[in-house]
Parts: sequence; C-alpha cells; structure tokens
Amino acid sequence: MQQSDLPFVHLTEDVLSADACVSMVQDDSCGGLAVFIGTVRNQTKGRAVQRLDFEAYAPMAIQEMERIVQRAQDTWPIAKMAMHHRVGTLEIGEAAVIIAVSTPHRVNAFQACQFAIDTLKETVPIWKKEIFEDGEVWVSAHP
Amino acid sequence: MKVSLLAFGITKDILGGRVHEIEWEGESTVSGLLSHLSRQYPKLEGLASMKVAVNQEYVDASHPINPEDEVVLIPPVSGG
Repeated sequence: MQQSDLPFVHLTEDVLSADACVSMVQDDSCGGLAVFIGTVRNQTKGRAVQRLDFEAYAPMAIQEMERIVQRAQDTWPIAKMAMHHRVGTLEIGEAAVIIAVSTPHRVNAFQACQFAIDTLKETVPIWKKEIFEDGEVWVSAHP
Repeated sequence: MKVSLLAFGITKDILGGRVHEIEWEGESTVSGLLSHLSRQYPKLEGLASMKVAVNQEYVDASHPINPEDEVVLIPPVSGG
C-alpha cells in the first residue's frame, strides 16, 4: 500500500511509519501537531522481554478506534487525526501504536493525543503477550 | 442455548482455541453464558475483568443472546 493510501484509522501487520502519520495529518490551518508513539520496551519489572505478540478482534478494534477519533473530534478543534496500531510479532524498539493529531493551537493537540492513547488502552480489543526467555504472559490479564 | 463464541488473548489459551460452539442450560443471557463458562473453565474466575461483546458491541450481563449472534470474550485489553 502506498503511504498516501493509508486510512486515518489503521490496524495492520505491517511496520508503522511515524512519517506517514505526520504527513497524513499535516494541515496548513494548524499551528500544532502532536505525535505519540508507543514502543516495545525491553523489560517489565526487571525481567528481560524478548518480543511482544499482539492480537486483535479486528472489526471491533477498528470500530472502537474510529469512535475514539470521533470523540476527540467532538471535543477539540481537530483538523486531522491518525491512529495506527500494529498486530503480530513486534521486536524491541518497534512501534506498536502511532497517534498523530493536528490542531490550530498546541494545547489541544497534546490533549487529544493523550485522550486517544489513554482511551485506546481501556476500550480497544487488542491484547499483547510478553515473551520472556523462560515464559510468556498476557499483559494485564490477572489482578 | 447454543452459540458460536470467539476467544481472544488469555481466554483463547484457557478455552484452548479461538472458535468454539458453546451450549448451556438456563438463561439465554451474557450472565447465563459466563456462569456456564466459569464452571467449565475455572481459570476464567482469576482474570482481572471479563467483558463480552455481542455483534461487536460491549454489552452488560443482562443482555440477551440469540443463536445467530457473534459472541466474543474480551479479557482485559492491553493494546498500545
């Protein structure tokens, strides 16, 4: 897929591109453009992580991501907003999620970006499993 | 009642696969289904939370289930 053809809300096994997300939301009416990139960390509570496996209930995940973008657009004066999430096996340092948003003034770009990632983590049916040298754990599954 | 059920994340491991045909006696509701599953799979009780989606919408425990519904177990999500 050409970068220019990517949808604003996107769930994919392909490597994510922050440049593509920024290009998508760039808008001449805006003075602020915020980007959040969620990346794969190399440890959890001191235990070395080797990689992460993400899976999604895809149709509902896309629907819930679209709802988050809509709620953000209903709340702040957003020109454009992109939310891309990856599934499959991710290595340390790779991007699992990228959110980019453009607004006339910077404060709203930060607010919308934070709202979007916080809400994604609560409502979007995507799950990650941490793979350690000696085992694996579904993140947040147990209290 | 009999429905097809999709399991994701840790519920896929507990139930032993993604796609299941589940049949149970009693209430044709989300709570009826969850009661049945908890008896069959006690490990479900240990999870931090358990939501159910019917036809791609989160629903509460009293929500009715029909045979043709798409029913999905949603254990604690961890995207991002």
